[in-house]
Amino acid sequence: MIRKSMTEHIPVRPLSDFPAGSRIRIVDIEAGRGLKNRLASLGLLPDAPIGVIRNDGAGQVIVSVKNSKIILGRGMSHKVFCVQQ
Amino acid sequence: MFSNSGLRAENDVNPSNPKQTLTVALAGNPNSGKTTLFNALTGARHHVANYPGVTVETMEGTVRHKGIEIRLVDLPGTYSLTAYSEEELLARHFIVEQHPDVVVDVLDASNLERNLYLAAQLIEMQVPLVLAFNMSDVAHSRGLEFDLPQMEILLGARIVPMTATRGEGIEQLLDAVVQTAAQENRRIVAISYGREIEQELDGIEEVLKPYASALPRRYPLRWVALKLLEGDQEVQGWISQPDVCGRVEAAHQRLRTIFRDHPEITVAERRYGFISGACQETIKSTVQIRHDFSDWIDTVLTHRYLGLPIFAVLMFGVFYLTFRVGAWPMGWLERFFVWLGVQITQHWPLESYGWLRSLVVDGVIGGVGGVLIFLPNILLLFLGIAFLEDTGYMARAAFIMDRIMHKIGLHGKSFIPMLIGFGCSVPAIMATRILENRRNRLATMLVIPLMSCGARIAIYAIFAAALFPDYLRGPMMWLIYVIGIVLAIGCIQLLRRTLLKGETIPFVMELPPYRLPTLKGLAIHMWDRGWMYLKKAGTIILALSIILWAAISYPQPPAASLEGLSSSSQQQAVLQYSLAGRIGKALEPVVAPLGFDWKIATALIGASVAKEVFVSQLSIIYALGDTAENAEALEEHLRSDYTPLQGFCVMLFCLITAPCAATVAVTCRESGAWKWAALQYFGLTALAYGITFIVYQTGRLIF
Repeated sequence: MIRKSMTEHIPVRPLSDFPAGSRIRIVDIEAGRGLKNRLASLGLLPDAPIGVIRNDGAGQVIVSVKNSKIILGRGMSHKVFCVQQ
Repeated sequence: MFSNSGLRAENDVNPSNPKQTLTVALAGNPNSGKTTLFNALTGARHHVANYPGVTVETMEGTVRHKGIEIRLVDLPGTYSLTAYSEEELLARHFIVEQHPDVVVDVLDASNLERNLYLAAQLIEMQVPLVLAFNMSDVAHSRGLEFDLPQMEILLGARIVPMTATRGEGIEQLLDAVVQTAAQENRRIVAISYGREIEQELDGIEEVLKPYASALPRRYPLRWVALKLLEGDQEVQGWISQPDVCGRVEAAHQRLRTIFRDHPEITVAERRYGFISGACQETIKSTVQIRHDFSDWIDTVLTHRYLGLPIFAVLMFGVFYLTFRVGAWPMGWLERFFVWLGVQITQHWPLESYGWLRSLVVDGVIGGVGGVLIFLPNILLLFLGIAFLEDTGYMARAAFIMDRIMHKIGLHGKSFIPMLIGFGCSVPAIMATRILENRRNRLATMLVIPLMSCGARIAIYAIFAAALFPDYLRGPMMWLIYVIGIVLAIGCIQLLRRTLLKGETIPFVMELPPYRLPTLKGLAIHMWDRGWMYLKKAGTIILALSIILWAAISYPQPPAASLEGLSSSSQQQAVLQYSLAGRIGKALEPVVAPLGFDWKIATALIGASVAKEVFVSQLSIIYALGDTAENAEALEEHLRSDYTPLQGFCVMLFCLITAPCAATVAVTCRESGAWKWAALQYFGLTALAYGITFIVYQTGRLIF
């Protein structure tokens, strides 16, 4: 499932684990095809660099990607796997 | 990423002599300023266009430019053109079926990369394209400089920089539209997806060729092949030929092994590759802004502890505006309708067509006027909401409320319509449009009547005042509101577990940048919604008012029996003799277990059109005449006829029971099906009956 990360030896964690202020990069998204497509249209796809703007440890997460801000539901944030940049 | 070999001339484009009327579709991301541009182009000359079978609305308008009439269609804002949502499908179908002469893609120039993703898909569809780089002022202030001529070559489309809010670039955009429509040899840019994917696309296109004529819509074959590779559900539905399916499946397998991901994700990556390739060559960033203002505001407005109080204050502001400031024009309208009724009564002798006078005064003016007086409130409420939406705050409010709303199975945004419901259910149900998810929206819509609306205050006030001591009146009203909220939460839970089951759709939403709304935009926003309220609820209310009027006026008792009675006693006698009075009496055994008598039952029939009618009906029944000064006398009567328990049961029943006619009409319209309005109507009535029954019967045992 998790691609590219194995060779890099950087810990891959779900987006929900990264505190506000983190600069991270998406490694993989675990979602159905329709949802993956929708996320891609918002700029959230593997290899995209994103910034965590708000993550209070519960509730929705706000990230910045390609100059825009996106709110992700908590459940969604567990399924976006990222590495520290 | 971008291949020069992809540039080629297409043979069969527009005819050589320019057309006198053009159809132009406006596409673009949500928050790209598309609607602002549409409004700037068309002004007030637009109307809502509905397409059969879709609840998504598009706006249409016309604009004349240099002798050419341009029909503009504002497609719903989308991020892409997949089959993922109704909006995207509508946009896609329009582009293919209606063959617009030009598609204008509106982009936020300050956020080009993401916005170009939709443009890339329009390029794939090979449509005549003009790119409107909106918000060029913002882009400029961020230090972005574009090499537009080079970009036009790379993207194969005319580019017009503009600032729609100030009307800058409108003329140039229309020029570009007209020129693009007249262009004969349009260059088609092909996005390169890389050798492996291109090979598979060629292969699929090859097997598709024999079936090209059988395709239901006129899409380019290359595009159909691409969509098949992407696993687009709609396009897959057109193709059942085993050889094509087998070829697509094989391509899928091969690409999955090469890229270790679904082909559509690889394709998406390549689109972004194409975009960033084009952007790298043509965009220069002269200033490096690290923290923009919007980030700073967000840290305050979405703050863990500050966010909620700020939200509460803003909401209070909206409500204050709606109900306090709105009370003045409401009073004027109310006085106007009373005056109008009096004028007609005075100048229209009862002897000539007395029944028609009664129909006009009591039925039409009483009924329709009763709805029209809410128009100022509704316009102000929509103004407040438009302001919060246009500034970008609404998305933040949704974020703040989400943690609370999530617990009851709804998204944060549902909070906004529910809050409006305390004012009036009609605009509240219309406000559910801000919810993208249909199940979420339906659930919210169906329970909104449980948010006790302003019209019901009149009922609570009179019963609480008549039957409860001073110190209990406040708590009783409060209790009714709380019961409404608790029941709403319960109903949502029930609906989400039964009829509206289904996993909670993963929540993803763009947080729009903060913007200063324009007066014109706010006015158009407010008026569009206000007009819908007037038109739809107004026609239904008119019809039902006439029916209700007939039911409380006919059949009339013989004239002899009314002789010598005072005018209020005459009213009482007419009502008792009328259809409504008879139904009320007939209903008595049905409502007796709830502690109600025929008088309450008759008043409830009136309340089914508009809740506030309940009190005026009771006044007539007690032969007090239909005037507000009689409130105290009515309280006396209620005190002698009913126990506090019965009074509480009336309040409870009125809280829960069937919503008013306007609400039913609006639920029907907004849900797109009668069955949801029927479910709301009968479901709430049954719930009201059940709960009131339990409360009354239990109460009788205790007291």
